[in-house]
Amino acid sequence: MSPSVPLQEMIRAIRSARTQCEERGVIQRECAAIRAQFRQADNGGRSHNLAKLLYVHMLGYPAHFGQMECVRMIASPRYSEKRVGYLGAMMLLDEKQDASLLITNSIKNDLSHSNQYVQSLALCTLACMGSAEMCRDLAPEIDRLLRASNSYIKKKAALCAVHIVRKVHELGELFAPAARSLLTEKNHGVLHGAVVLIIELCERNPETLERFRKTVPDLVQIMKGLVLSGYSPEHDVAGISDPFLQVRILRLLRILGHNNEGASDAMNDLLAQVATNTDSTKTVGNAVLYETVLTVLDIKSESGLRVLAVNILGRFLLNNDRNIRYIAMTSLQKIVGTDHNAVQRHRGTIVDCLKDQDASVKRRALELSLALVSATNVRSMMKELLIFLSSCPQELKSHAASGIFNAAERYAPSQRWHIDTILHVLTTAGGDVRDETVPNLIQLITNASELHCYTVHKLYRALLLDISTQSLVQVACWCIGEYGDLLLRGECQETEPVQVTEDDVLDALETVLQSHMSSPATRGFALTATMKLSTRITDNVDRIRSVVSIYGSCIDVELQQRAVEYNALFKKYDHMRAAVLERMPVIEKNSPGHTNGESMGEVKENQASKKPTEPKLLPQPANQVCDLLGLLGGSEETLQPSPSTALGLLTNTPSTAGGNLLDLLGDLEPEPLTPAPLVPVYDKDGVALTLSCEKQSDTAMTVTLTASNSTDSDISSFTLQAAVPKSVKLNMNAPSGDSLPARGAAKVTQMVVLNYQNKVNLKMKIRISYSSRGSTFQDTVQIDTFPGL
Amino acid sequence: MRFMLLFSRQGKLRLQKWYTATAERDKKKMVRELMQMVLARKPKMCSFLEWRDLKIVYKRYASLYFCCAIEEQDNELITLEVIHRFVELLDKYFGSVCELDIIFNFEKAYFILDEFLMGGEIQDTSKKSVLKAIEQADLLQEEDESPRSVLEEMGLA
Repeated sequence: MSPSVPLQEMIRAIRSARTQCEERGVIQRECAAIRAQFRQADNGGRSHNLAKLLYVHMLGYPAHFGQMECVRMIASPRYSEKRVGYLGAMMLLDEKQDASLLITNSIKNDLSHSNQYVQSLALCTLACMGSAEMCRDLAPEIDRLLRASNSYIKKKAALCAVHIVRKVHELGELFAPAARSLLTEKNHGVLHGAVVLIIELCERNPETLERFRKTVPDLVQIMKGLVLSGYSPEHDVAGISDPFLQVRILRLLRILGHNNEGASDAMNDLLAQVATNTDSTKTVGNAVLYETVLTVLDIKSESGLRVLAVNILGRFLLNNDRNIRYIAMTSLQKIVGTDHNAVQRHRGTIVDCLKDQDASVKRRALELSLALVSATNVRSMMKELLIFLSSCPQELKSHAASGIFNAAERYAPSQRWHIDTILHVLTTAGGDVRDETVPNLIQLITNASELHCYTVHKLYRALLLDISTQSLVQVACWCIGEYGDLLLRGECQETEPVQVTEDDVLDALETVLQSHMSSPATRGFALTATMKLSTRITDNVDRIRSVVSIYGSCIDVELQQRAVEYNALFKKYDHMRAAVLERMPVIEKNSPGHTNGESMGEVKENQASKKPTEPKLLPQPANQVCDLLGLLGGSEETLQPSPSTALGLLTNTPSTAGGNLLDLLGDLEPEPLTPAPLVPVYDKDGVALTLSCEKQSDTAMTVTLTASNSTDSDISSFTLQAAVPKSVKLNMNAPSGDSLPARGAAKVTQMVVLNYQNKVNLKMKIRISYSSRGSTFQDTVQIDTFPGL
Repeated sequence: MRFMLLFSRQGKLRLQKWYTATAERDKKKMVRELMQMVLARKPKMCSFLEWRDLKIVYKRYASLYFCCAIEEQDNELITLEVIHRFVELLDKYFGSVCELDIIFNFEKAYFILDEFLMGGEIQDTSKKSVLKAIEQADLLQEEDESPRSVLEEMGLA
């Protein structure tokens, strides 16, 4: 075909422009010329013009003024103009443009054109950019073409139908019968199109899937023909007969055989044949084998076949071609859950792939390796994974780190190994780990009491080497603060002894405190650790005192507050310092309040605060209750403002003495439910009120009030109001009703939620009011003791 | 297949075919992102990438990158074969195709692609029949155009 000269000249002109500016100039001139030509009457060069415009569009310049020209050209009787017009429609018009509807009629006409190449243009355009309305309009035409035309058109109509079904799902029903009959065609193009269409129909509609199951024998026949046939030059690709069709049929078989014994049985032999006979030296053979393996693993195949499939994947893993190794790992990933042992056999090769240069292969190998870690191989796998972590690409680091943590947690053979592993990860990739790692590690360390010495030595050494990894530094500071005495003692069974003086330790902590690299949280850790050491060392307490007082004027408010509190601990509360700073008890796992070391710092301060605040909470005036009468109406009293001690603290601490950390951290374990006793609290004039309590936690309780009426007349407008002392918080839920029918036919219940700090003060006054026999009654009752409390 | 892109090593787009309706702005963004990703890959690396929720299959032929985006459940290896088949078709048509052929005859490259793939799927698995169809369509176009010029020459147009 002769080239379009005007188009090529323009392209040459644009390419010879040396700068972006020059290019823009050329294009503007050309576009102006094109626009002018569009406005003129029909001349010979319309298709060339539109082609020029399309080129300009491909370079990224706006070309919307060509849309109407496309519409006009599509309607032209000339094939050359139609061809470029349709191309323009596919490039410039998409279903969102209004102009696209204008071509519906042209497409309709062209679908019935006498020339098959014109029909082909229309089908192609409809399949590319047909909107839902266009599809609905033209679906019957497509169906007609599916049944009665030559194979050239049939194959295109089939693919056009695929597009229609994707746009308008309901139309799938329309094409199902025609699709079925197309399977009998001999033409490979038509067969291919038919199989694609059937796949689309089956994926959308389970009933259609059922109907097409009957075609499994036919499909098996066709496949057998392809696999066993001799050389067919037209469809041969590197010795495989029509691999594209084979892959499609295998995909359809997969869908039909999924979860269905009968269909799966019917295709068993065929799949075995394909798996064994297909030549796997070239990519195309491997493509067919790959699809076969996917099918075998997804249907209800017999175990021999499954083993065959996994072996093929194993062979793929050893293939020199990186692509093949990649897809082998992708497929193994899918079955590692179900066929775990089979995949384990290839563990060595997979681990080797961790060292591959390619990032995609590395990622797959990582996923698969993490899935293959088990109790038996955890040590060797972890070694490999840690080596991988030190050299892995940045985008995989955090995923790898969290994967390693999970695996370590599940399969750690010993605590020391576990701690070592986590430390290793922190040193290599500490910047990419998640936030919970620090408290998790701390919890782990406290649990491994015999390893405290070892751990603190190791962490101290790590701290000396590098203070940039925040998570590692935080854990190290915490440990040094907690177990500093073990560090100073110098000897340790598990690791070589090293002489550490008190100054050395304090130096290390001060370096962290002063470094620019330390985040505010880390500095908090360091300060607290320094403080804790004041009870664990003997000579340099003054140094600690001076550090703490310096930070009393730090700009960072967090640090300043801590420093001031610690200062107070040195001065006013020196007698309590040892108790406050003593060793932490073992932390239980799954404590909900366990977020980070900071909260533990606060907890210790709370422990200290309890003693000074207690004396202040007790002398609450006992006659506060008398105030209640004026406050009726479901009052919500605010908590008594926390007594501001020199330590300036939160007061949400229940007064459980001693270090019961679980309660302090808000552990909300409800007490075992004993049937709540019903206590009558009021009984007068036939109206009775009973009360039952349910403790929600140490500081909250739900009280249920039940009222009943034993008189002979109905009671209406029954309301309860409650009031509590200032230190208790009250929440009344809506009552179940406000009328009490006579003779106890029904009751009214109301729930009240109380939040308090001090059980000693818990009292409630209830005012009852109701109407009966036309007059109103009111009464009050005070509740001093709550059953079950 | 969701879309196919052809671009040069310098990041110039030579052909783009989208098989799903996408806004112009999104198309540009995706093309930019993908070009960046693919051009950053080293020569011996894997031909497959994971990008958003799609799989990207690409192959480099001389100075052109052929890049296809397929869905999660599609077969990557056969897509490589599809790309190869398309290159073979171009080669047969243009006779030892090179990038310049595709630049200066871009509309023909599109015609060939549209005869080979429709809606992202292969129309005909026989190379011969695709080439024959294109040949016939070209003849039809020539017939259409030539009578005109004859008439014009005779001064009767």
